[in-house]
Parts: sequence; C-alpha cells; structure tokens
Amino acid sequence: MNQMVTNEQSKQVNDSVLGLFWAVLKRDLMLAYRRKSDLFNPLIFFLMVATLFPLGVSPEPEFLAEVAPGVVWVAALLATLLSMDSLFRSDFEDGTLEQTLLSPQPLFIIVLAKVLAHWMMSGLPLTILAPLLGVMLFLPSEGMGGLMLSLLLGTPTLSLIGAIGAALTVGLRKGGVLISLLVLPLYIPVLIFGTSAVQAAVTGLPLAGFFALLGAMLALGVVMAPLAIGAALRISVSG
Amino acid sequence: MSEKKNWMPRWFYQLASPRWSYNIMGKLLPGFAICAALLLIGGTIWALMFAPEDYQQGNSFRIIYIHVPSAILAQSCYMLMAVAGAIGLIWKMKVADMVAKSCAPIGASIAVLALATGAIWGKPTWGSWWVWDARLTSMLILLFLYLGVIALHSAIENEATAAQSSAVLSLVGLVNIPIIKYSVEWWNTLHQPATFTLTERPAMPAEMWVPLLVMVIGFYCMFAVSLMMRTRNEILYRERRASWVRELLEKQ
Amino acid sequence: MSTALLQVNDLFCERDERILFEGLCFSVTAGEVVQIEGQNGSGKTTLLRILSGLSNNFEGEILWQDEPVEEVKEQFRSELLYFGHHPGVKAVLTPEENLKWYAAMHPSISVGDIYSALEKVGLQGYEDVPCHNLSAGQNRRVSLARLYLSKAKLWILDEPFTAIDKKGVAQKENLILEHARAGGSVILTTHHELTLGEQIRRLNLDELAGT
Repeated sequence: MNQMVTNEQSKQVNDSVLGLFWAVLKRDLMLAYRRKSDLFNPLIFFLMVATLFPLGVSPEPEFLAEVAPGVVWVAALLATLLSMDSLFRSDFEDGTLEQTLLSPQPLFIIVLAKVLAHWMMSGLPLTILAPLLGVMLFLPSEGMGGLMLSLLLGTPTLSLIGAIGAALTVGLRKGGVLISLLVLPLYIPVLIFGTSAVQAAVTGLPLAGFFALLGAMLALGVVMAPLAIGAALRISVSG
Repeated sequence: MSEKKNWMPRWFYQLASPRWSYNIMGKLLPGFAICAALLLIGGTIWALMFAPEDYQQGNSFRIIYIHVPSAILAQSCYMLMAVAGAIGLIWKMKVADMVAKSCAPIGASIAVLALATGAIWGKPTWGSWWVWDARLTSMLILLFLYLGVIALHSAIENEATAAQSSAVLSLVGLVNIPIIKYSVEWWNTLHQPATFTLTERPAMPAEMWVPLLVMVIGFYCMFAVSLMMRTRNEILYRERRASWVRELLEKQ
Repeated sequence: MSTALLQVNDLFCERDERILFEGLCFSVTAGEVVQIEGQNGSGKTTLLRILSGLSNNFEGEILWQDEPVEEVKEQFRSELLYFGHHPGVKAVLTPEENLKWYAAMHPSISVGDIYSALEKVGLQGYEDVPCHNLSAGQNRRVSLARLYLSKAKLWILDEPFTAIDKKGVAQKENLILEHARAGGSVILTTHHELTLGEQIRRLNLDELAGT
C-alpha cells in the first residue's frame, strides 16, 4: 500500500517536472518566434563567416575542401557564441529572471529547458544550414553526414557551455565581448572532436568513436552545466 | 549549519578571520622567503654549472629548469584558485575569496613565463619560436582560462559578486582542464605524430632531475611568498575600514 | 502571540563602501503589515531583496518559521510572493500568457483563476493584447494580478503602487488588509500615504542604521 502511494507520488512529481519543462520550453520558443529577426541573425553571420574564407585565403577547391570541416565548425561555434548573450538578458531586464529564481520549482529543469529552446533556435538551424556551407566550401559529399551529425551532437554542448558564460555576465552592461573570453577556451574540446569527426568522415575512417566522445561531452554538459548556470544566475541577480 | 561547522579543523575557521589570516601569513612569510631564495639560488647554480649537458640538445636544455617548474606551478595555481573559490562559495569565507583573487594574476604570469621559456627553448630545438606542441598548446589555453577569470573579476564592480562569479568560472574551468588536456594531446598526435616531446624524456639521470626538483620546490616557495604578499595586501585593502587595520597603519 | 513567520537577526549589509544597516533585528508575525521606510538610498530595496532571497550579500541570520531560510528554501519560496522594481512581465507575451507562465513557476496557482484575476485588476478585454501595446500602468497591473492569484503567506512588495491610479491603490490596500486578516504577512515599501491605519507597523531604516 505504502509502496503504491510513493509510486503515485513519484509519478506526480515526474509529471510536474515534465510539465514545467514543457511550459518553459514552450514559452521560450514562443518568445523567439515573436521576435523572428533575432532568430536569423546568427544564421546570416554563419553564412558570412564561411564566405570570408574563400575571399580571404583562397578559392581553390582542393584547399577549401581541406579546410572546410574546420571552417564550418569555427563558424558554427562563433555563431552560437554570438547568439548566447541574449539567452538570459531580456529575462534579466524585465524582471522575469528574478521571478524564476524565486519560484519553488527546480532551477535545474528550468535552465535545461531554456538552453534546449535556445539550441532549437540556434544550433539546430545551424546544423540544418551546414550542408549549404559544405557545398560552398567544396566539402566532399562523403563528409556531409559526418558534418551534420557532429554538429547535431556538438552544438548542444556549445549552447550549454555558452549559457554558463551568459549567466555569469547577464548583470553586466558589456557582456558580449566578455562571454567570448570566458567561453571560447572551453569550446576547444568540442571543436577538436567535431572537426576530426568530419575529417574522418571525408577520409572514410570509422566515426563511432568521435560521436561517442561528442556524446559523452554532451552528457557531462547536461548533468553539470545546469548546476553551474543556476549558481551563476543566482550570483548575477544577487549582485 | 551546525554539522557544517564541525567538518573542518579549528584553524580552518580561524582562516575566516581576515585579521588572524593576516597575522599568520605575516609569520609564515619570512620562512618561505628564505627557503625560496636559498632553493632558487642554489638550484640555479647547480642547474647551470654542475648538471651535465644533454647529449642531444647540449646546453639549451637547461631552460627546463625554469620551464618545467613554471609549467607545473601554473597548473597547481589554477587548482588552488578553483579550490579557494569553492571554499569561498560554500562557506562564504572572505579570505578564501581574496586568495582566489590573488591567485589569478600570479598564475597568469607564471603561465606566460612557461610559454615564453617554451618558445625560447623551441628555437634551438625545433628551429622555430612556436610549434603547436600539445603541452605548449595546453599551456596557452590555460593562460586563456586565467585571462577569462581575470577579465570577469575586473568587469564586476561588487567585490563579493565578482569573487563568487569568478569562483564558478574557475570551477567550470577546473572540470574542463582534464578534457582540454586530453583533447589537445589527442589532436596533437593526430597532426604531428611522434616528434620528441620536451619533458617526458626517458630516464633523466639523477644529476639532472635533482636540481630540477630543487627548482620546483623553490618555485612553490616563491609562489607561496608572492601569494601571501598579495593576499595580505588584499586583506588590508578590503578591511581598510576595520579598526585593527587602522591601528596597524597608525603604528607604522 | 503566534510565532514569527519571518525573523531577522543581526542583519548587516554594506554596499559601495557604505554600511546600509548593521545589527538589524525584527520579526514579522502572521497577520502583520510592515512598511519599510527610509530616505532614497537607505537600502529599502536591498533589504527586500535580501529578505526574499534574491540577494545574498549580507551577514546575519534570517529565519522562516524558526528555521534558517537557506535550509527550507523550497518551502519558503512556495510561500513567497515578491513584487520588485521590474514588473516581471514579458513585453511580447499577452497578459494571459504572462500569468500562465507565472502559474507554471508556482504550482499552487490554478490556471482557471487567471481570467478573474485579470478582471479584478481591470484588464478584461486585454487578455490577448501583447504587453508592449499596453501602458506602463497596465503592465504593472498585469504584475499585480499575481496578488489575486497567489496563495503565498508572505508578500514582499517593493513600491507596488507606482504608476497605479487612485482607485487602483485603494483597491490594492484593501487587498493587503484582507491578506493580513486571513493570516498572511506583508512587507512593503511605498511613497504613498497608506490609509491602512493601525494595522500597519513602520520600520524606519534611517533610525535603525543609527548613523
């Protein structure tokens, strides 16, 4: 009997956690949808950065094919970084962040939902757009699958790490440049394994190991980053 | 709260008092300073004059007597900074915050020293000032992490908030350092297979590594000295309105 | 005498090298309305932020129903309604969506009450208008609608009457009185002359700071 009651209770708790997750996710997606211009800016930036390389270095197809994995990944990384600053800023400015922190609901879940919403508006479109850049940079077609999969696994980690930087700088007026300083060094492992995965895909080497590593980093990020983000938000709002 | 208070030995809680910390550091300082001076001077003379020449690199290898200690120290300093930051976060201990704040610039300059000596060593060894060697690259990233912490700390005006934010950032960095190190090492083997590495050399003879050990300990002592001096300064500055600081200043 | 809902012991806070308060002690019992007074910059807002748990830059002890507040955080937060300088209203969302989100943050609130709450603050007909199309006062009222929804015991209100018209103020004062009579407590700051009379206790930070 007791067992049943606790089961029931834990089911209720599960339901309310899921409900909360959905509510936050839905709200943030709706906010992004109503300010569509913010949505496209990182994507346009992504395209522009990739255009700079042939112009700045060389339009030779062989050369571009060789640097394409790195260029697409670096461009994706910078575009994610660019979009990061807005993650908590508007919530901070209109006071909804205060209300979030004062709610009895678990901050971990709220933060995770917010980051997921942010990723769906930045990392996911970047991943979908990536093959276009691949074509522009003469990435061999064998590499496309690796590129998209590595971005799919890597960009959520970028969003999670970037959110820590966003949370730490949300109270500051000039957060934008500072975020890059804080976050870029932490992005390096994702960049290394992401690019290597694409290179391996181009040369036909096995990919499972890279995806396992990217997945492991994502798992670690999902477990640890929301804690750091939550702590950072409380500190920033307190200051 | 009450369980928390019994976790740690008594001196740990005394550390929470800026005044007590100031005094104890003042007592420890001369000892460490003498040790640092003796070890560094002795180690340098030993290393430069008596340690044997390297059979491959000749005399140029002697720069490891600065490079290796500074590289080791730069990493330990980051760990100390993160741990002190964590203590400051958990126990709201001001002195720990001040230690963490003092660690950042010292660690950054030691990382710069490690990079500079690495570059100087690279010239005769590899023929160029900079090579994307795994250890040098990791050290460069470590320097970036330090710079990030310093930038964040100086961007936040409120001291307490700045300390807490930097503590969170350095803890995130601490979790990431092993991942960064591993990934950079792996990336390095992928791109430059098996050039000979600088530090992990097969079986260094005792005449070579004993002076190195002396230098490492000397560096640690010197670090302790500069850390305590910085922290004492920080304590005086932050507590400048406390009566004991005023008395102290009036005495001088 | 009932036990204190909120008890503050020996609170110390400094900001920008200035001690805002030192050795501040007071308690708030159920059914009490406490008005924090003081000049501009005396730390009224800071105090309210500390009490609500938003700011942790203080030394001292805050007890919620005789337990340190940091040990019963979740319970405390579910019993707290905080109304700050920023209304906590998203401009691109409608009043209804804003309150629905607030209900998601506070599970004790039932979504069905949202319409009647909006009606009570005089926003019927505006449920579906994005808040950036509403006036400043209307935005404040969206936020004040939370007072009708909330089941929290402790209300912390920082300047709740800014940009609200006279009729609205009288209505809110009644609401505060009702809340106190039902056993709730209110801590507030306001530049308004309150007509609450004797039910209110005043706490002057200028006098307490002793400087």
